[in-house]
Amino acid sequence: MKFGVVTFPGSNCDHDLIYAMRENLGQEVVHLWHKDHDLQGCDFIFLPGGFSYGDYLRSGAIARFSPIMDEVIAHANKGGYVMGICNGFQMLTEAGLLDGALLHNASTRFICKNVHIVPASRSALITQNLEHKAYKVPIAHGEGNYFCTPDVLKKLQDNDQVIFRYCDENGRITDAANPNGSLDNIAGVCNVGKNVFGLMPHPERAADEMLANMDGRKLLAQLV
Amino acid sequence: MKYKATIHIMPRDEILDPQGKATLLGLHNLGLDDIGQVRIGKRIEVEVEAKDKQAAEDKVKEACTKLLANTIIEKFEFELN
Repeated sequence: MKFGVVTFPGSNCDHDLIYAMRENLGQEVVHLWHKDHDLQGCDFIFLPGGFSYGDYLRSGAIARFSPIMDEVIAHANKGGYVMGICNGFQMLTEAGLLDGALLHNASTRFICKNVHIVPASRSALITQNLEHKAYKVPIAHGEGNYFCTPDVLKKLQDNDQVIFRYCDENGRITDAANPNGSLDNIAGVCNVGKNVFGLMPHPERAADEMLANMDGRKLLAQLV
Repeated sequence: MKYKATIHIMPRDEILDPQGKATLLGLHNLGLDDIGQVRIGKRIEVEVEAKDKQAAEDKVKEACTKLLANTIIEKFEFELN
């Protein structure tokens, strides 16, 4: 699989992601620029974390109209893989490729810390072969409070579209383990086709031995 | 014709507005106990060139639904002058 990582003005996790996929997982990765109209033959497109366009208006709202997004949306609609992490997740909801929206954290605070997440979906590429346990992965966001209407939530649950939920270190899904007020402790979802993923935590920040936490690498390794 | 639209965007009623809640706390700490609810939105002013008012309204509506507001979580209204 050939991976592409798109840099938007204000992206700041693009190089972490390129490093994780290329150096930690030995994959072919190309660096894509948001103004291009060419995915360079990539099979899997990443929209990285950061603060695209300064988070102006709403997080991810303006990046959703960057030139390359025409090709990213077309790629996703043809069944191609796309994954948004943090700000990339926000872009995918703004683009309508994923259901729901990411509201301000219930605490109103920007949260930067390690949290635990547990795989949920039994049919999505990123979770289907993961051991069912708590993975320690950092979050760093001000708007990660996942929201959708009750109808959409039911659809997500019925179609096995929730990929990760926030949990405690023992894998228990509790209110106390929910860092940002997300509905149903949702940390990530995918689309009905199971080819578009969105995740608030940053697996690319926990993928190198030097960082003393390799749980994120286990998540990214599912995509390879 | 050049029109000016004043757009008001608010979080939908069913959405928790933590910014408003935090601000309400500040107001109560200030001693303004009679203030019961605070919701915070935004106001956007745009100028639009259109052949008539209806066309201007259509353009502003498109701007709101496609970018300025996220209708999953926000509602909007606007005045045109």
